[in-house]
Amino acid sequence: MSLGMALALLGAALATGLAGCGSAWGVGVAGQAAAGVVSEDPSQFAKVLVLQLLPGTQGIYGLLVTFITLSSIGVLGGDPIESTSVGLMYLFACLPIAIVGLVSGYHQGRASVASIGLVAKKPDQFGKAMLFPAMVETYAILALLVSILSVTNIVQA
Amino acid sequence: MGDTDYIFSVARIRVKETSLLTDADIMQMVGMKDADAVLAFLAEKGWGDGSGSQDADTMLAQEDEKTWDLMRELKLDPAVFQVLSYPKLYHNLKAAIKETCTGSAPGHIYYDIDGYGRDRMLKIVGEKDFQALPAHMKDAAQKAYEIMVTLMDGQRCDIIIDRACLEAGLAAGKKSRNRLLMDYEESTVAVTDIKIAVRAVKTHKNITFLREALAPCKSIDVNGLAAAASMSDAALLEYLESHGYKEAADALRESPSAFERWCDNRLIETILPQKMNSVSAGPIVAYYLGRQNEIKTARIIITAKANGFSEESTRERVRMMYG
Repeated sequence: MSLGMALALLGAALATGLAGCGSAWGVGVAGQAAAGVVSEDPSQFAKVLVLQLLPGTQGIYGLLVTFITLSSIGVLGGDPIESTSVGLMYLFACLPIAIVGLVSGYHQGRASVASIGLVAKKPDQFGKAMLFPAMVETYAILALLVSILSVTNIVQA
Repeated sequence: MGDTDYIFSVARIRVKETSLLTDADIMQMVGMKDADAVLAFLAEKGWGDGSGSQDADTMLAQEDEKTWDLMRELKLDPAVFQVLSYPKLYHNLKAAIKETCTGSAPGHIYYDIDGYGRDRMLKIVGEKDFQALPAHMKDAAQKAYEIMVTLMDGQRCDIIIDRACLEAGLAAGKKSRNRLLMDYEESTVAVTDIKIAVRAVKTHKNITFLREALAPCKSIDVNGLAAAASMSDAALLEYLESHGYKEAADALRESPSAFERWCDNRLIETILPQKMNSVSAGPIVAYYLGRQNEIKTARIIITAKANGFSEESTRERVRMMYG
């Protein structure tokens, strides 16, 4: 395997790994809060489940970027890349979703915990409660766009 | 335990907070015609066994026990849990010393605290085995016991144990590294010192008594407070006004019950920011303290109704709610 391929694979692994870690942390803490609310008031299950799932999207974005990268570098078919500079470009293209996915997953999890607390006290405020963690999603989507645009526009000359 | 270890428990507490009494509930209770109506209202809110046929003492004791059971269930950090248990623990010690020395046996006044309930506490005091008590209680227990045996001075016994309880709470609050507990214990000591000073000036206690009773803390100079309280009402009011407790002085000028309300409200203000906290033991501690305040306020209203106090007079006595 060439150094270029190794670098590109590292980028693909980071995209799924780091973004997945952020989501796992976020969904985990939000799940603890959701379980706490449901243990006292089972009727809130559907609302807190939605809030728990919000930090889970970063992991999906990371997976998407990884698939596109693997497909572009020839792991899933086609010619494998050889150039080190091209491999480095794929690595850097994957970093936005890897880093922003990790950080935004963590913070979206905390925002979800706070919103679950809000729903616990005022169930009729669910709509507003959902907006707070959803705001964090904006930055994960921006990072996803940058990573996809970068990965799909690398010229393998 | 880390702050994030409390996420599940805090979420449970958030749901529990929805059933706390609000200021509007309290005003509704104040407006009721008698104690029975208040008890029926509380039973409707789920207090006691919900039967509506309980007397006030049984209902309030049951609510206290429910709150304590919840704290046990939430598995708080032992350092935090201990701070909450100190007032009950020291109360049991006081009751056991008095029961041992006077021979009277008011069994119902004990709290069922893990390891130090009525029987164990009476055994320790009866055998003078003070080493069996937690380290922070030993010296105060021995001193209070000796004073009761030799002088039969119940008041001195009380001030020694109360001061030890305040000092232990302050030290344990710092040890817990929980910001709320640190602030709450500091406020509790300061407010209790002011209360002691106010009572002392009314009963013409000397400075020696005050120095023995007042627990030192950062937010109030106990020597200055003791000196002012040993002089006169006016000196104490002037001291409070010039040391950041103008509201306490104003409440004292208004009436004794307004002052008592200021004391409790000041403590509730310390815990209010926990409503915005999602990830530490703070909201759980705040809920416990809020419940204690709620039970105390319910007791005040029921007692006022049972004794025929006017609505206006009862309203003056009610506390700010956490709910």
